[in-house]
Amino acid sequence: MTSPVSRGFHRLSRPGDARAGQLPPGQHTTADFPVLSAGPTPHTPLQEWTFSIREGGATLRTWTWSEFMEMPAETVTVDIHCVTRWSKLGTVWRGVPVPALLDQVAHDPSYVMAFSDGGYTTNLPARDVTGGQAWVAYGYDGQPLPPEHGGPARLLVPHLYFWKSAKWIRGLDLLDHDQPGFWENYGYNNYGDPWREQRYAGD
Amino acid sequence: MAGTAVRGRLTWQTATVASVADETDTVRTITLDLLDWPGHQAGQHLDVRLTAEDGYAAERSYSIASAAGEPVAITVERLEDGEVSPYLTQELRPGDQMEIRGPIGNWFTWEPGDGGPLLLIAGGSGVVPLRAILRHRQRAGSTAPARLLYSSRSLEDVIYRHELDQYRGSADVRYTLTRRQPPGWGGFTGRVDDAMLTRIAWPASQRPLAFICGPTQFVEAVAGLLVARHYPENRVKTERFGGA
Repeated sequence: MTSPVSRGFHRLSRPGDARAGQLPPGQHTTADFPVLSAGPTPHTPLQEWTFSIREGGATLRTWTWSEFMEMPAETVTVDIHCVTRWSKLGTVWRGVPVPALLDQVAHDPSYVMAFSDGGYTTNLPARDVTGGQAWVAYGYDGQPLPPEHGGPARLLVPHLYFWKSAKWIRGLDLLDHDQPGFWENYGYNNYGDPWREQRYAGD
Repeated sequence: MAGTAVRGRLTWQTATVASVADETDTVRTITLDLLDWPGHQAGQHLDVRLTAEDGYAAERSYSIASAAGEPVAITVERLEDGEVSPYLTQELRPGDQMEIRGPIGNWFTWEPGDGGPLLLIAGGSGVVPLRAILRHRQRAGSTAPARLLYSSRSLEDVIYRHELDQYRGSADVRYTLTRRQPPGWGGFTGRVDDAMLTRIAWPASQRPLAFICGPTQFVEAVAGLLVARHYPENRVKTERFGGA
């Protein structure tokens, strides 16, 4: 179907859009860092924070904050794409690669469910959190990650829509089957590939 | 094609502008004619796609302003450096076409069966989905107690003021004016703070259901104040919008 022309609508060229051709469909760039979340921002003190890998109700491994800070970390520069249509290019993060965490438990899950303070969850195929694709990030732009952007630590999976990069992450549940997380239960796509514009259920 | 969409799949459809109405100097409500709308819940949003003659397309998400069961309407605030909102608020007129898909989002919604008491807190154009909730509550004859606290720069910037004032028979509607107040203003002034919430927030013991919508910093601040008042996190629903 050809889209109808919206009479009198034109493109505005803007300096920030130099890379507009590299954006996923339906996205536009922003210089801001907008926030999307469903409820209040949690503020867990670092001395109470832990990161856990669990399976079937059993905790396989837990890190305290100071233990987590001793894990080898990477600094990465990535583009991020929010389902609400903003993209932010060239964002700089510091965090622990997810495979370095999973390597510490001898398990081979098919899926992982990230879980967060506040009850938020999001599901990902295990193949999407392998090397070079997923981090647990605690630094943004050279600073500690602010709470409204998911600090002290959030998942970072930039090749999927940004709701998959769970804020306020506290761990991963290893699963042998897929099941929907929070937004996936409320009408959003189960996988969320921005390049295939998988925004909503059924896309 | 009407009626053939797979359930759960949101397809784009052509919408024709039925009417436009200015709410304030910078805010306009656009009512749309759609051939095949599955209905929506108060608080949901939709996607708009505009296509230029050269094929360039821009997409944005907007909260639905109308109550469940009413024709679809959106209320758009003009952002001066925006690409889409100046078009929608200044150029668009009845008969023009755009593409729509929706409704979207099943979290920030309210149905009469969800009950109350309802605490609705809006910052600026964040009032749009909360107006849909109040309007739905009124049309459905819900007796859930409701309070709206609406933070606006000035009285002239209050969107839907005439309509919201009419809800005062059955709901507690308050404005706080942050920048400018008319002479003799007896309502709240300044940003939403804990003292204001002491006067308007239902006690947590009444199991209130809170909806907060507005700019990010506004929502962050208000949601934090409600949690400090022992509102359970899963009964504080938020929707934030950034400058984009």
